[in-house]
Amino acid sequence: MHFRQVPTVCCFCGCGCGLYLHVSEGRVTGSSPSRNHPVSKGNLCVKGWHVHEFVHAPNRLTRPLVQKDGRLVEVSWDEAMDTAAQGFQKILDRHGGKATGLLSSAKCTNEENFLLQKLARAVFSTNNVDHCARL
Amino acid sequence: MAGLATTFGSGAMTNSINEITGAEVIFVIGSNTTEAHPQIARRILEAVDSGAKLIVADPRRTEISRSAHIHLQLRPGSDIALLNAMMRVILSEGLVDDAFIEMRTENFRELRKHLLAQDIDQLAAVSGIPASQIKKAARLYAGAQKGVICYCLGITQHICGTANVESIANLAMLTGHVEQAYTGVNPLRGQNNVQGACDMGAIPGVFPGYQQVSDPLIREKFERAWGKALPSEPGLTITDMTHRGRENGIRAMFIMGENPVMSDPDASKVEETLKGLEFLAVSDIFLTETARLAHVVFPAASFAEKCGTVTNSERRVQLMHQAIPPIGECRSDSEIIMELAGCLGYSMEYENSAEIMEEIALLTPIYGGIFHDRLETCWGLQWPCPTRDHTGTPYLHKYSFARGKGRFVPAENIMPDELPDDDYPFILMTGRVYHHYHTGAMTRASDILSREVPEAVLEINSYDAEEKGLRHGDMVSLRSRRGEMEVRVKPVDTISRGMLYVSFHFHESPVNRLTNPALDPVAKCPEYKVCAVNLEKA
Repeated sequence: MHFRQVPTVCCFCGCGCGLYLHVSEGRVTGSSPSRNHPVSKGNLCVKGWHVHEFVHAPNRLTRPLVQKDGRLVEVSWDEAMDTAAQGFQKILDRHGGKATGLLSSAKCTNEENFLLQKLARAVFSTNNVDHCARL
Repeated sequence: MAGLATTFGSGAMTNSINEITGAEVIFVIGSNTTEAHPQIARRILEAVDSGAKLIVADPRRTEISRSAHIHLQLRPGSDIALLNAMMRVILSEGLVDDAFIEMRTENFRELRKHLLAQDIDQLAAVSGIPASQIKKAARLYAGAQKGVICYCLGITQHICGTANVESIANLAMLTGHVEQAYTGVNPLRGQNNVQGACDMGAIPGVFPGYQQVSDPLIREKFERAWGKALPSEPGLTITDMTHRGRENGIRAMFIMGENPVMSDPDASKVEETLKGLEFLAVSDIFLTETARLAHVVFPAASFAEKCGTVTNSERRVQLMHQAIPPIGECRSDSEIIMELAGCLGYSMEYENSAEIMEEIALLTPIYGGIFHDRLETCWGLQWPCPTRDHTGTPYLHKYSFARGKGRFVPAENIMPDELPDDDYPFILMTGRVYHHYHTGAMTRASDILSREVPEAVLEINSYDAEEKGLRHGDMVSLRSRRGEMEVRVKPVDTISRGMLYVSFHFHESPVNRLTNPALDPVAKCPEYKVCAVNLEKA
């Protein structure tokens, strides 16, 4: 069977092990440590060896959801985006940025964290942005 | 991290992970390293194999403490008493590094005065460790040329978290154990990019690279780059939003990839706050307990489905490559943010994450030389990396601390906010297990990891269990002043009497309904590690 190995970084703890994700027919099927990476050096913990398993978990969210009559229902991206933009715009117009808060994630990339705090500061006009580092 | 900022000027690991292997003495305090940071534990054990001495301070007899030459089994929340006692010994036995203190630090006189007023036997009694043990540990640490301290959430998750960290920094500076390879103070970060999220300014008071929002010159730089007037007041912290959101006037929130309903202390309060919002949008890969409360949920791409950088505990910025296209209709959080910004009338357009990194490098001096093309051909770069030809910084504070001189900040021991009493006679500690991660959303999706550890277990001293008539596997109901949960018990001999320990990965045993949201006044970190509880057979 043909498979590719894609070098990446483990998404669990702060050790930052270098590992390869094994990809076959569009699915991530396994992971193995990088032998030369300065942290992993050919070794992973039990979480790292199984890091690929949640990617295709059946309960992954795959479509946007919007609450209607107290229930979350699947909608198109356009509808979800419009609902979110309207929801925030209403609060921003009436109460300003100080009435909003944004939580970023220690699981997201640097680029995403950068954009989220830019969204908070430049678009929502608030410094109410934080993540779970202090928790 | 506030504690290292006040003393050293930079809140990050001073050394590289590999340097641990070359230390002569390793002092692990408040870290269950073997289970939470396996690779770092591996380096510690390698060092021990080649002759290094290991000191572990932990209320539990953890795996790593079994390999320790000295295990200081202190009472939860008495870290400052222990550290002050160690420093008092070092001071009275003349083991201080005078030249280092003279040249590199300030405020030593205050620390000296503070320590001279302390009584070792009294401190030993507070920490519950014999004075002879403390003396042995102090001599061992101070006597080494190369000494490394590793600490983790067992230090920071207390109401005195900042003072705990400052005391660790005091100890390191007192003995000159900073500024060299194999020698330093290392906070172990719990998530793959918690260092990066801080570096990127996803905290209320600073722009990327710890540049203060209150500094007009800095603000002007960002205003020019982003073409918008920016707020100058530092914002609200996470618990100010999730616990006191209503009082603080928060009406709408956007939560990206976090599950505060599971992970924050006094979780029922968080749920109540989020339910009370006029608008909540959540972006996540699973329909978490938090996402269920949202008005809009965006399906996000996982780490395998996107490209970008993450920064590990040793400040190593590394590139993650995209392995597969996003599954279903998922999109990366970058795309979600860009589109939302566009809908709100602010154009945020980037071709790819490499282009975002260019803007980061432009605005963030410590990341100034870090670009994706450089990361393609190496195992990452350790910041500070100010220019394109800079090869990164394996250890910090060489020749000079980030803040100039290292500052001694003396601290008194502060007892935990909630102590056991007649109604709630046990001390409950929380933490992680080897097989699972955080709120379990990812690791519990793995059949094998779930098979190994299928549910939470409450560790209880076997004598206490016997007194309560509890046997291995019995269900108990565990209660604190804030909430209750049911959990299976496991009698052990690794914790002292009167103490309990449970992991927080399982939503069936939501321990954060019980934990105490009392905060460290500076870092605003809640006291997860200690709360008073009672238990009875369910």
